[in-house]
Order: sequence, then C-alpha cells, then structure tokens
Amino acid sequence: MGISRLHKIFAAVLSGGLALALIASISGLNEGDGLSRQVRASIEESGVKSEVTAVLLNFRGYDTLLEIAVLLLALIGVTALAEGETAPEKADVRDPALSGLAELILPLMVLASGYLLHAGTYAPGGAFQAGAVLAAAILLARLAGIAEPERRKGALAGIAAIGFAVFLSAALAPLLLGARFFDYPGQAAHAIIVVVEGALAISTALILYLLFSECSSIRQWRGRKGEAE
Amino acid sequence: MTQWMAYSVCGLLLFTIGLYGTIAYGHVFRKVLSFNIMGSGIFLFLVSIAGRAPGHPDPVPHAMVLTGIVVTVSATAFALALLRKMNSETGEESLGPGQEYRSGKEGE
Amino acid sequence: MHGAPPWAALVIALPLAAGVLALLFRGRPARAASVISALLIPGSLALLSGTVLRGGALRYRIGGWGAPLGIDLFADGLSIVMLWMTAFVGTAVTAYSVFYFRGNAEKERFFWPLWMFLWAGLNAIFLSGDVFNLYVSLEVMGLSAVALVCIAGGREALTAGLRYFLVAITGSLTYLLGVAMLYAQYGSLDIYLIGEAAGPGPAAATAAALMTAGLLAKTALFPLHFWLPRAHASALSPVSAVLSALVVKASFYMVLRLWTDAFGNALAPQAGLFLGALGCAAVVWGALMAMRQKRLKMLVAYSTVSQIGYLFLFFPMAAHPDAFTGAVYQALSHAFAKASIFLSVGNMMRSVGNDAIEGLAGAGKSVQTSVFAFGISGASLMGLPPSGGFIAKWQLVKASVETGQWWWAAVIMAGGLLAAAYVFPVLRRSFADGGAAGEALKVPYGMEAAAMALAVLSLVLGIGAAIPLSFFWPARL
Repeated sequence: MGISRLHKIFAAVLSGGLALALIASISGLNEGDGLSRQVRASIEESGVKSEVTAVLLNFRGYDTLLEIAVLLLALIGVTALAEGETAPEKADVRDPALSGLAELILPLMVLASGYLLHAGTYAPGGAFQAGAVLAAAILLARLAGIAEPERRKGALAGIAAIGFAVFLSAALAPLLLGARFFDYPGQAAHAIIVVVEGALAISTALILYLLFSECSSIRQWRGRKGEAE
Repeated sequence: MTQWMAYSVCGLLLFTIGLYGTIAYGHVFRKVLSFNIMGSGIFLFLVSIAGRAPGHPDPVPHAMVLTGIVVTVSATAFALALLRKMNSETGEESLGPGQEYRSGKEGE
Repeated sequence: MHGAPPWAALVIALPLAAGVLALLFRGRPARAASVISALLIPGSLALLSGTVLRGGALRYRIGGWGAPLGIDLFADGLSIVMLWMTAFVGTAVTAYSVFYFRGNAEKERFFWPLWMFLWAGLNAIFLSGDVFNLYVSLEVMGLSAVALVCIAGGREALTAGLRYFLVAITGSLTYLLGVAMLYAQYGSLDIYLIGEAAGPGPAAATAAALMTAGLLAKTALFPLHFWLPRAHASALSPVSAVLSALVVKASFYMVLRLWTDAFGNALAPQAGLFLGALGCAAVVWGALMAMRQKRLKMLVAYSTVSQIGYLFLFFPMAAHPDAFTGAVYQALSHAFAKASIFLSVGNMMRSVGNDAIEGLAGAGKSVQTSVFAFGISGASLMGLPPSGGFIAKWQLVKASVETGQWWWAAVIMAGGLLAAAYVFPVLRRSFADGGAAGEALKVPYGMEAAAMALAVLSLVLGIGAAIPLSFFWPARL
C-alpha cells in the first residue's frame, strides 16, 4: 500500500505542478486570429463553402487521410484481438418497446445522417458526424433485432476499407495529371470532395459499428482453462 | 479574465486531471477514461483559442479537434478491446507493477 | 505550381496503398503487395535522394497550398538518412517475414497490413514539416506498432501491449497539448515558421517541455523505459526488430528535429544537460539490467534501453557538429545492428525451441549464420572498430572532449564494456556443446540471410562512414 500511496502523491504533485505551469503560460497569449484570414482568402478555391470542411478535406486533407488510417488500424487491431472469439449468444427475446421505438426513429436517423453529410459542404456537419449517426442507426437496428449485420461481418469489413481507398486514390490522382499530391483541379474540387465525403461517411459508420461488434464478441474471464466454469 | 481564457483554463485543468488519473490508477478502464479526459481538455483548449479574436472563429483548431476526436475514439476502442482480451486471457483488469516475462516460444 | 517531383509523396503513399490492399486481399496477394511495396519504396526514395542531392533541402507543398495554410513535406539530409535506415531495415524484415509466417496464416493475415501502415507512419514522420501532422503520423505508427505486439497473443504480449499502448497514448496526448500551445502562440503549425518566430517565453517553453516529455515516453528514455522490455520481448521476432530498430527512433527523430529547428531559441542550456544525464543513466541502467536477464529477448530489449541513451548525449553538446553526426550515426548503426540481432534471435529460438540463454547450446551449429550475425551486430553495440557503432561512439567521444565535457566520454566507454559483458555470454552459450545440440533445427535460409544482410550493413556503415556523411550533411536548411 505504501508504494501505491507514493504513486498517487507523485501523480498529484506532477499534475498539480503542470496545471500551475500551464495556466501561467497562457496568460501571455495575445488575441491572435490564427489562420482564419488565410482560410478565408483561399476558401473560393477549395471547392466547398464550409471553412472547417475546407480545412479537413482540402487544405489539410493529408491529415484527414492519416486519421482515417488510424481509424482503420483500430479496426484491424480490434479484429485481430477478437480473432477466434465467438459472438455471445443472442437473447431470443425481442423487446417490443425497443423494436417499436427503433422502427420509429431509424428512418429519422438515416435522414439526419444524410442531411449532415449534405450540409457539410456549406455548414457545420460532414462525413464524420454523418458516419457517427449512421453507426448508431446500424447498432440500434441490431440491438432491436431488426437487422443482423453480424452475418456479413467479412463483407462489411471490406466495405469499411473502401473509404480510405477512395480517399487515397483521390489524393494520388492529381499525380497522374502532373500536379501535386492532393492538388485537386479547380473545377473538379467540389465533386471530388463530395464523393470522398460520401465514401468516408459510409466507412466511418461501418468501422464504428464493427469496432463495437468485434469488441463485444471478446468473452470475459471464465476462469483458468481446466477449472470448472 | 476574458471568456476564452476561462474556457482555456478549464481545458488545461481537465488535461491535468486526466493525467493524474492515467498515472494514479491501476485499473485499465479508469486509465482509458483518464486519457479521454486528457483529450477532452485539449479539445476544449483548442476550441477556446479558436474564438480569441472577436468575430469569426478560426476554423483550423476546429478541424484539429475533429481529427483528434477520431483518433481518440479509435484509441479508446482499441484499448477497450485489448482490456477485454487481456481480461479474457488472464482474469486481470489492472496493470500491476509487472508480471514476469515467461514466454519462451513464439510464432506457433 | 506544377511539375514538382512526386517522390516524397510516393514514399508515404506506396506503403499506405499496400496496407489497404493487404487488408482487402488476404493471403498471397497481401504478401505480394507488401513485397512489391518494399521494393518500390527504395526506388522512389532513390529518386527523392537524387532530387535533394541536386537541389538541396526540399519542401513539398501538399495540395499546392503551402504552409501555414497547407501541410508541407520536408526532406533534408537528416530525413533522407532516416528514410534509408527505415528502407533497409524494412526490406530485410519484409523478406524475413515471408519465410517466418509460412504455415501461420492466422497471424500473417494481420501482420502485412499492420506492417505496411507502420512503414507508412514512419516515412510520414521522417518527411513531415508540420507539428500537427506529426501527431497524426505518430498515431498511425503507434497504433500499428501496438497492434503488431498484440498479434503474438498470450498473456505476456497482451499485458505488455496494453501497458505500451497506455504509455504511448498518454505521451502523444501530452505532445498534442504542446502543439495546441504552439498554435495558440504562433498561429502556425509549420516547424520552420515556428522556428523563425520562436523566442524565449513561457508559452514556448511550456510547449517544448510538453512535446519533449510526451516524445520521451514514446522513445522509452530512462526512467520512462519501463514499458519497453516486455513489449519488445513478447512481440514476434520481426516485430521486435522493427520496434527496437525503427519505432523508438521515430520519436527520437522528432525530438531532434524540434529541438534543432523549432525550439532552437526557446530552450535553456540546462534542458540539454538534463536530457544528457537521463541518457547516461539509460546507458548504464539498461546494460546492467541486460546482464541480469535469463531470457535472450529480454536481454536484447534491455540492450535497446541502453543504446537509446547514447542518442540523447547529443543534447548537452548540441553546439558541436560531431555530436549531431554521432547521434544520427548511433540511430543508424543501432537500427541495423538491433534489427539483425532480433532476427537472429528469432532464428535461434526457432532452432532450439525457446529463448532461455541457458538453453542456447547447439544453436552455433544449426543456425551458424545467425549466431555469426549476432556476433557482428554485437560488436557494433559495443562500439568495436570498424563497426558503425564505433564511428557513432567515436564522434560522440570527440565532441565531448572538444567541448570540455569529458564525463560523457567516460560513460560512453563504460557503456561499451558493459555491452561486451552481456553480448559475450550469449555467444559462448551458443557455441557450447550441449545435450540438446542434436535436437536443434535448421531454419529457412532466407531468414538467416536477412539477419546476416543487416549485420553486414552495420559493419559496412563503419567502413564506408564517409558516404552518407559527405553526401547529406550539406543539405540542411
């Protein structure tokens, strides 16, 4: 116990000291406006009207490509961990309240997701928000027993990787035209971003759903092998 | 103290509270929650500095937050799966001062 | 601006494409995609190196926007040397893994996509000129590295992988807060724009401290090394090789890059002294712990803790040009030597069936080439001439004497002796005639050749030291 207490004291001193240093260091910050002027100056060339989307999918699209790689890596990692695990027995009882509610709000969720995706080009919204809502919809459909996506997990995992593949292809395509990585040609920029956003929304939804599903299939500790269950 | 500064300070405090949690607790679920608190603190800080200048907020920190959220969600999912798998193999839920390395074979 | 050579982007995009292909198509196509990318990366890297040699340090404006609005890739002599280090080790590990995973389709299925994404993350780090992009690249590398540890399976790998992951994520979030601080202060994420604007001040100092601390946790510098030995030891051998040779170097590279190009004006000299002292502690502690190990892979992993220490001797002597050369050379020669050693150890384990140092007898006959490769690379760890490790340590000693800080030289010498004390017993055991000698198995020759190729590289690096030095050093911005 002595070590554990020392550990906590160490953690408290470290975090407390850091908190003081951090707060002291922001007192000197000025009211800078960061890069907002540069973003506004180039927004016309980006292909979208929403500034955040322009940064995410055009100006700093390379970051977003790597971010989707991270999401995909989490899926590979979780799938590798769940390898050989069998999904828990499904309860046969179908909750009438849950499935009734699901039937009511599922269409609305899909609609909201589509709206968020569409709005992303001119207002707050975009692929990730749309994907998150869609993932929740798939999950709700499964929990309510309306759909059984578990059966096609392999195919879903394949489709989940397509978003990254589409994004990478869109980034590499300008190289074939003699332009730079991610240098979308002016007129086509809008169309490219819309296609990439659509692919990313579907991939994000499937990856988030699969992360949940694979993670929940790992069974809990059931005693050492050979011991009575 | 201006408004953005108040939010910045909250963000920074959240970060240090999360840092305390990752170090002080052994239970892995608490550690996962703690690094999520660290992340939220950073995101709050970023959003608050985006609104420093009067008028139009700076979109670049907003984009950084969105990227950061996706990364943190991925990391959280992976950490939770790893926790469940470790629990399924060992029955442990905490990381103690160190289990002995006993593996002698590999690859098979 | 059209017509910029695409090589810098391709060095990152090739392994990304191979990674997603390896994920979509399992089995033979996955292996083929990875092998082809392992051959194409050095090709595009050669073209990139040619561009840098002719035109000096290069900035590649992704999307044509240019910093600070867009992200710039940046390639100078240091990046090129690091990329070649990754390419040599990566190609050898790829060749090794083709044989290693034969008959183990379950693990191979996850290995190829993860390894390709890891390679992409490494290349992205070595080419990035943007602090936030470095954060995302760091996560690509970190997540694939931990997942690779975990595919070994079993309680040791899972526990070690989880501990590794929690340290890594805490480290990268700490780094990210530093990035946010820098942006708040300078309104830019580009390393060189920050470097031009940076001066002594509380925000810059706090940002530098946060970013450095986060990266030190990922580099496993003493006393933040506690997660490394078990993670590197319990991974599969090709994974251990990549982790010890490359992954810890990537976060070290970031510290080096940030300290030389971004924080140059914001740091007090005591900070460099502090890192140097931690480096010394690492050299000694890692070696002492390595001597105490009974398991071969734990010994090698502790040796990594020790060898990482030398890298940080750069910081207290940063003003001397030989210190920079020495540290980069140490990164390079340790990468080749340690990758070779882990691959050799994988062969020895497969041959004698376990990794107990006591039980190595017979390996000297069955996998002679691997034991020989272990010996050559071990000489590089000790710093014996004419190995690459010798050149590295010589440069560091020279810098320490010429800057009047002789105590670093004393630690470097002691570290070499300690390395000898943990390398020789392994060789002696391997050549012993033991009872198990008859049962020791042969391993596919490709696996032995890969280990040997890296060992030869660590030796050639010492003999041909002048080549990378003379070509790339002038190409700094």
